[in-house]
Amino acid sequence: MNLNLQWTWFHRLGSPRWFYQKTQRWLPWLSFIMLSLLIVGLVWGLAYAPPDAKQGNSFRIIYVHVPASVVALAGYYLMAIAGAVGLIWRIKLSYMLMRSAAPIGAALTFIALVTGAIWGKPTWGAYWVWDARITSMLILLFLYIGVMALRHTYSSHEAADKASAILGLVGMVNVPIIYKSVDWWQTLHQPATIKFTGAPSMHPDMFMPLVVMIVGFYIFYAVSLILFTRAEILRREYRASWVKQLVTDKLAEK
Amino acid sequence: MYNYLSGGFSAYLYRDLLLGIRNKTDLVKPLIFFLLISALVPLAIAPEAERLAQLAPGIIWILAVLATLLSVERLFSDDLQDGSLEQMLLSPNMLILPILGKIAAHWLMIGLPLTLLSPLIGIWFSLPVVAVIPMILSLALGTAVLSLIGAVGAALTLPRQGGVLLALLVMPLYMPVLIFGSATIQSAVDGLDWTAPLAILAAFLAIAIALCPLAINAGLRLAKNG
Repeated sequence: MNLNLQWTWFHRLGSPRWFYQKTQRWLPWLSFIMLSLLIVGLVWGLAYAPPDAKQGNSFRIIYVHVPASVVALAGYYLMAIAGAVGLIWRIKLSYMLMRSAAPIGAALTFIALVTGAIWGKPTWGAYWVWDARITSMLILLFLYIGVMALRHTYSSHEAADKASAILGLVGMVNVPIIYKSVDWWQTLHQPATIKFTGAPSMHPDMFMPLVVMIVGFYIFYAVSLILFTRAEILRREYRASWVKQLVTDKLAEK
Repeated sequence: MYNYLSGGFSAYLYRDLLLGIRNKTDLVKPLIFFLLISALVPLAIAPEAERLAQLAPGIIWILAVLATLLSVERLFSDDLQDGSLEQMLLSPNMLILPILGKIAAHWLMIGLPLTLLSPLIGIWFSLPVVAVIPMILSLALGTAVLSLIGAVGAALTLPRQGGVLLALLVMPLYMPVLIFGSATIQSAVDGLDWTAPLAILAAFLAIAIALCPLAINAGLRLAKNG
């Protein structure tokens, strides 16, 4: 009895309908917080933070680059864990989250790579160097694209979801190994001039806007994930009566 | 009494080896690929011994990765087509030992010959003699990891039979093996301690033997149903 009580919330959480209706109410709030954080962070970082002693104003791209990289990496874990939850408890919603997380994560990884390249030119004198972090991000992009591409192998949603979840888990075991290997490879080859200007040694005036931007990006991630998942729910549950009701209501409004 | 557990391993090992020996072209293809591309490298770069020796560790490993990738695609697809995969999947148990048996056969037919051929490539590329033993050891361990990881990709892409998708799935996962494999040879060339990267390759192999069959088992069951 007690056990039942404890688990009802979990199963309700797994219901696409519940998710769709709840997020409808969350979305305006989340979007508001996201917009204010991003605007505050960007204006603060781009206009008010002091210029870097060595890099001048070019360092300001950090306010996009670092948040995108951080969230892209965290997004991979979220995707893999969502897949694992789907495999273990057979929750449809969690597969939908996993599927939605892949393109968002891939896009963020891509943004991180592009901003990194743009930043690299004035700082290191080259758009691309085989730095440990850049290389790991590139591999992460391939992992994301792999998860997205695998889906088309299977004709049924169910099998495609499971296969992506398995691949996500295999990738999750590998991400730390890849990261460490690339790190080690980097120390082996020791390029002479390239060094990351350390983020921990940043002045608080520069660091605070970065924190704001990172939190803003996390909420941006949550908002996009919710939007993608809502679309995915409608796409997959179009036969459900509540979706039909939703559509007829919308049409009646017009 | 017949031992069902180890029987699964040896039966599939024996069967796949027999199939491989009877169908020799499939066996020889990756090896010819390995040799051909190795012969192209000096032509494309330069015939100077020094430069080739510098590039050799990396090139040997890239070729090993490509040759394994080329062959791993067929690991389960033939069985799917002739129905024997379904036979294997009838078992209600986890198929860990049959899968390991098939992968062991794959390694014996692809990884081991590559390993044995590699000294020849080493001579072509003027690899220092001190690096030959590390190269053989790193390839022996590393190609086994490549077979295991490749089999995960092959199982997951079974409905569409691999191709570029298989490469896309598997290549990122091959990266650590590639790094430590060529690092083993490179360390030996530079006169450093090469046992450390080799030990890491061995650790990869241990993890891969433990975890890959689980993913392959799940992937194969999906492929049959999906």
